[in-house]
Amino acid sequence: MIGMATTTGLFASGLISAPVSVTHYLVVGAILFTAGIVCMAIKRNALGVLMGIELVLNGANVNFVAFSSPYLQGQGATSLGLDGQVIALFVILLAAAEAAVALAITLNFYNNHATVDVDRADDLKG
Amino acid sequence: MAEFLINSVGLPAWLAWTIMAGLAAFLILNVIAGGALVFIWAERKIAARIQDRLGPTRTGGRFGWLQSLADGIKLLAKEDLMPDGADGLLFRIAPYVSFCASFCAFIALPFAFDFVGQRLNVGVFFVVAVLGLEVFGVILAGYASASKWSLFGAMREAAQVVSYEVPLGMCVVVPVMLAGTMDLVTIAEKQAGWLTNWYLFHDPFTFVIFWVYVTCAVASVNRAPFDLAEAESELVAGFHTEYSGLRWSFFFMAEYGSMFLVSALAAVLFLGGWNGPIPVARLLGLSEGTGDTAHYLVRLIGCGNLLLKATLGVLIMMWIRWTLPRLRIDQVMTTCLKYCTPIAAAMFAGAMLWQLLLPGGLVRGLTRPAGEIREGWLDGPGGRATAPSVSDKRVARVMP
Amino acid sequence: MIPMMIPLAAVNFHSLLFSLFAALACGFAVAVVLSDNVVRMAFYLVLSLGATAGLFFLAGAEFIGAMQLMIYVGGTLVLLVFGVMLTAQSPFVSMKTAAGDRVLAGIVAASLLALLLQAACSVEAWQRPASGRVAAPSATPIGTALVGVRVDDPPPGAAAGAVRSGYLLPFEIVSIHLLVVLVGAAYLARAKRRRTPRAIDEAASVDPVDAARLESAARSRANLASSVNASGRSGSASALAAGGGR
Repeated sequence: MIGMATTTGLFASGLISAPVSVTHYLVVGAILFTAGIVCMAIKRNALGVLMGIELVLNGANVNFVAFSSPYLQGQGATSLGLDGQVIALFVILLAAAEAAVALAITLNFYNNHATVDVDRADDLKG
Repeated sequence: MAEFLINSVGLPAWLAWTIMAGLAAFLILNVIAGGALVFIWAERKIAARIQDRLGPTRTGGRFGWLQSLADGIKLLAKEDLMPDGADGLLFRIAPYVSFCASFCAFIALPFAFDFVGQRLNVGVFFVVAVLGLEVFGVILAGYASASKWSLFGAMREAAQVVSYEVPLGMCVVVPVMLAGTMDLVTIAEKQAGWLTNWYLFHDPFTFVIFWVYVTCAVASVNRAPFDLAEAESELVAGFHTEYSGLRWSFFFMAEYGSMFLVSALAAVLFLGGWNGPIPVARLLGLSEGTGDTAHYLVRLIGCGNLLLKATLGVLIMMWIRWTLPRLRIDQVMTTCLKYCTPIAAAMFAGAMLWQLLLPGGLVRGLTRPAGEIREGWLDGPGGRATAPSVSDKRVARVMP
Repeated sequence: MIPMMIPLAAVNFHSLLFSLFAALACGFAVAVVLSDNVVRMAFYLVLSLGATAGLFFLAGAEFIGAMQLMIYVGGTLVLLVFGVMLTAQSPFVSMKTAAGDRVLAGIVAASLLALLLQAACSVEAWQRPASGRVAAPSATPIGTALVGVRVDDPPPGAAAGAVRSGYLLPFEIVSIHLLVVLVGAAYLARAKRRRTPRAIDEAASVDPVDAARLESAARSRANLASSVNASGRSGSASALAAGGGR
């Protein structure tokens, strides 16, 4: 019953029947980005903050890929074409590099303070 | 075949595609499950014979044919246990994560010219990437078992798999370089013809790289002699210590699926894929094409060829398991970082130089205009025309 | 089972799969935010990024999708999960934030989301889907672009004969960058010779049974001291408590 209602609702909104456009991807990117920002802001575990950073970078990647996709808006004047995909590639590479260094820093902090709670990182507090 | 369903039977397009997708998934699932069944029996028999005993001889006749079935029934009927401090969700979902990773890699694996789940342009890359995701099931299983030994076993296994992805990637790049594309179907297509067309015999560097690939593949699927994570202290079973019954059998199927997958990948990349040593079809005058029943029969035989090669690979892995002693974790890491990676890098450089400098290669390399691409995707409208590249003299027929 | 009111012949599988992957990606991203257990957060993140890779495949960026699976999910997240496992001592596995902070973060998030959605839905040109024949995706243009040769078609509005730059320089820079990061992370994570023991070693060297006993003893002493309310004795009791609970 609920499944039927949901499916009909989705169909009525055209999500399943109409072809997707860039806007759909931008909405997904926005949700990922916002989730990442919230994660960075409220998590007490340093690794939780790191996960927020990964979500933010992924939201940006979704945007880049959407703008460069030939399936979504053709090779029109507003399409990024190949540039979007290459930029997304570089974002992935740099995110990997940044995660490695952030993890090294976090593990150093854990070794020195016996905790990963970012609220306890207040040695420099005035 | 979906076109056949649409045109002759008159089904609507979406239904035909859904049926074909379901059929493809069903076939792949059968390959994994049926393969696991056969390989369990084969492993027990091979292990037994190598150890100078007989193995299963009672279930279902003289050779114990039904031993796997009996094992399966036993596993299904076992009590479903979960340790007390285990994280419920992660404990339950870990076997399925492993199995999904193993299964998804079969999507891009071609069994014959047109028998591929989804023909991806980045097929090789996709298969190697998804194989690396199996490690999550292992880590989650180790953590969620709430047991220190499971966690240690899982961490060691994860470290091993992740470390061996580096030389594995380098080994896999050599056939990609020789073929000019990451498309698995095209790579196997280019090895059509006689036995000497196989990339294994292309140049000595590729020959060595094949053996490095075998080593890295065996390490990647955690088979002996690299299986310390499963036989951690010879008594407990590493990350799947706390798993029993159907959950354990999922891990088991994932392992055998991965073994079959890396063997099939080796067959496609180095051993000519579905092409046999003698190009019977071409000698008979049948050219590759779609449609006709003769072509369908040729493709079925090709599929059988690939399954045979992959099964041989798996049997060789079993042979190695029961012959060589197990390596310690530091020996495993040494093999990866001090032997496999430098050798793979050196052979990669060698294969690259061979391509550039060899008969006609030097002249072609120096006089090729800038921007000329080996893969024929530029030719023809509509994109997917794979006309043979200019420099490839071995494949004499025009691909559709 | 399938209700007849939906004309299924009109189901666009591309859109259906997009809805599926988008729901998975967004749903698991929200689950990362809402979850308290750091190991489950890592698992949900893996699923979210895997669904994002599916989205990349649906948009025709097959190479980027495979890169996401191999490097991001299969590399970066494995690293993250290793880090989680190394620090997954029981007090750190579930840490809750104060309710006030969460409300504030929720307000900020809602306003940011509203702003982004408004920007996303405002441009008319982005809401029209593509039409016409599209070439099958191929990784060759990316490969050749990364060595400096652009073989993809220029955008319609470009001047004829304009030279487009390849990506050789950023490629080399990123390669050196990754090498530097490799060396730097290995240096940061090296085992250091210390004159005083690390806090983590001190915390681990206290036998759990003794530590629990010392903690409870210190707490009872602190309670006793605060109930008697003598400043001298409470000073010494707190010093005892601090020394016992170290």
